[in-house]
Amino acid sequence: MNHATLAGEYIQDRERAAWHDNTLWFVRSKRDKAAATLPEWESLRQTASQIKAHTVSKLADFLEEFERNAIARGVKVHWARHAEEHNQIVLKILQEHGVKKLVKSKSMLTEECHLNPYLERHGIEVVDSDLGERIVQLAGEPPSHIVLPAIHKTKADVGDLFHKHLGTEAGATDPNYLAEAARQHLRDKFMSADAGLTGVNFAIAETGGFVVCTNEGNADLGVSLPKLHIACMGIEKLIPRAKDLSVFLRLLARSATGQPITTYSSHFHGPRPGGELHIVLVDNGRSHILGKDEFRTSLNCIRCGACMNTCPVFRRSGGHSYQSFVPGPIGSILAPARDPQKHASLPQACSLCGSCTDVCPVKINIHEQLLLWRHELARLGFLPWSKRLGMKLAGFVFRRPWLYSLGGKIARFVVPKLPRFLVYHRLNPWGKQREMPEFPASSFREQFQQREAKRK
Amino acid sequence: MSGREEMLKAIRAQTVPPSPLPELAGDWIRYPDPFAQFQKMLEFVGGRAVRVANLSEIRGHLESLPTFVAARQIVSGVSSVEGNIDLNAVEDPHTLETVDWAIMPGEFAVAENGAVWLTDRGLKQRAIYFIVQHLSLVIPVSQIVNNMHEAYARITVGTSSLGVFISGPSKTADIEQSLVIGAHGPRSMTVFCVDDMGA
Repeated sequence: MNHATLAGEYIQDRERAAWHDNTLWFVRSKRDKAAATLPEWESLRQTASQIKAHTVSKLADFLEEFERNAIARGVKVHWARHAEEHNQIVLKILQEHGVKKLVKSKSMLTEECHLNPYLERHGIEVVDSDLGERIVQLAGEPPSHIVLPAIHKTKADVGDLFHKHLGTEAGATDPNYLAEAARQHLRDKFMSADAGLTGVNFAIAETGGFVVCTNEGNADLGVSLPKLHIACMGIEKLIPRAKDLSVFLRLLARSATGQPITTYSSHFHGPRPGGELHIVLVDNGRSHILGKDEFRTSLNCIRCGACMNTCPVFRRSGGHSYQSFVPGPIGSILAPARDPQKHASLPQACSLCGSCTDVCPVKINIHEQLLLWRHELARLGFLPWSKRLGMKLAGFVFRRPWLYSLGGKIARFVVPKLPRFLVYHRLNPWGKQREMPEFPASSFREQFQQREAKRK
Repeated sequence: MSGREEMLKAIRAQTVPPSPLPELAGDWIRYPDPFAQFQKMLEFVGGRAVRVANLSEIRGHLESLPTFVAARQIVSGVSSVEGNIDLNAVEDPHTLETVDWAIMPGEFAVAENGAVWLTDRGLKQRAIYFIVQHLSLVIPVSQIVNNMHEAYARITVGTSSLGVFISGPSKTADIEQSLVIGAHGPRSMTVFCVDDMGA
C-alpha cells in the first residue's frame, strides 16, 4: 500500500494525529534550543559532513584499518554482504556458544536485516531492551521512529500492553509506574541472558573500537553481564580518528532530542577480561549507494531522527505509513535505493519544504535527493497512472500557450457555475478536506496586459 | 572469493571523488566558570553536582541522602568512604544486582554536557556503573574541561576495554514522551567535585 493511503488512514484518529504532530514538533524545538547554545553549530555540521565525505572516499582502506586494529585487540571481525549473510553469521556465533536467550539494544541495522524473526525461528529468545523497542516488540509491531520507537503509542496503549504481558494493574497509565514495571521485567531478562547484541553508532578506524549511545544504559547492562557481546554495524558507521567523535557526539543527541549528550556514550575496545567480542560489518546495498554521486551523502546519516521530527508530512502521517525500517525523509531516500518499485510512493511524501536539510547534523541535502528520486522513479516507470497521465496532459498543454490560455478562459467561465458535486469528487484530490480557491475574473496575463496598456 | 574480498572489491569498484579530512582545530566554546556550567548541565540531565573542599567531606553529604542512609550494600572505590562489598572479590557480575550504592572515582568531567569520563582500567566488574541503583562519582574540580574537543585531547581512546561518558542517571521518555528517571541503570547520579584531593 502506498504512503498516501496509509497516511489517510492514520489521520482518521484526529486527536492522536494532532498529539503526534505536536509532540514531535516539541522535540524539534528542543533541538533548536540545544543547537542555539553553541555558536559553533554550523561549523560542527560542516566538519561532520567533511569527515564523512573523506571516510567514504577511502572506505575500503578504513575498513581494513579498522579490522586490523580490532583483531589486534582480540575482536573477531565478520563480513556480511547482505542481510541473510548477517543473520546467518549472528546465528552461528550464538549457536556455537549455546545461547538460548539474547538481549539486544537498539540497532536499526538488525531491523533492516529482520534479525529478530530469523533468530526466533531458530529457537532463540530475543528481547529488545530499549523500553520503546520492548513496547513495540510486545505489540508485535515495527518501530515507527528510529529514536522514539513507540512514539505512536499512548500511555493507555502501553498500560494495556503491560497489563497483558507484564501483569501490571489494568487501566494503569502512570508512566513512572509503567516504566518501573518494565525495569523489573527487563532486569530479569538482563540477569538471565546468555549474550548481548548491540548496534554501533560510530566505529573508529584508527583504534578498532566503537561507540554505542543510549539514555537507558541498556546496551551497557546487556553486554556487561553475559560473556558474549556481538556488535552489528553498517559499513558507513566508520570514522577515521577517535577525536572525530568530539564532533559527532556534540551533534548527535542535540539533534535527536535536544540533550547535550546521551546519558551513556560507551567506547568498546576489545572484549572485557574473560569475555568475547564479535563485530559484524554489513554492506547490504551500501556499496551500491556509494557509487551514486547524487545519493552518496545519504550514507552520512547518523540516525538522529531530526529530519523526522521536523518533517510536516512525517509528523502528520506517522512512521508506520512509510513501511520502511527507516521512515521519514532520510528513509524515503534509503528505501527506494533498495527497492524502487516497492517504495515508489515515499519520495512523493514530501512538500520539498527543505526543513529536513536545514536540521540535518551531517548536512545531507535530503529534500534535493527526494526530488532526484522522483525523476529517477519516473524514468524507471514507477509513477502511478494518475501522475503519469497528469504529467503528459500538463506537458501537452504547456507546450501550446494558446491552448493554455483558452483552457483558462473556459475554466474561469464554466467552473464557478458548476454544481458542487462536479468540482468536489474523488478525481480532484485538491478538493479533499479543503475548499478550492475562487476563480479570479481575469488571468494574470490579462491583468498584466491591462496594466501595461494603461501605462502607455 | 570470500565475503570479505567481495565486499572490499565492491567498494573499491565505485568511483568516489577524493575529499580532504578536516582538521578539528576550531574556536570551540569555553566557559568562564567550567564548574558552574558542569553543575548546570548535570542538573539539566537529572543529576546533581556537589562541590566539596576535600574527600572527607563527601561522607557527610552522603549521610544527608535518604537513599544512601537506607543503602545496605555499598561499593566504594574512594578512600574516604567505606563500602561493604569488595568489587575485586566479585567473580560473577550478576551478584551486583543487589548493590544499592556505588561511589567511584571519575577521571574528568565536561562542562558543556555534564558528562564524566570513566574507564574499566583496573576495575574487575565494569557492570557496577550500570547495574547499581544509585551512582556517585568523584572528580577533582580542577579536572573539568570546557568541551568535547578538549575531552578527546586528553584521553587515549582504546587503552581500556570500556571507556564511557556518563551524563546523569539512566532515563527514558519512551512512554508518551514523559521523562522517567531510572530506566534500567542508576536512579540517581551525584558527582562530587573536590577542591583539594589531598595526598
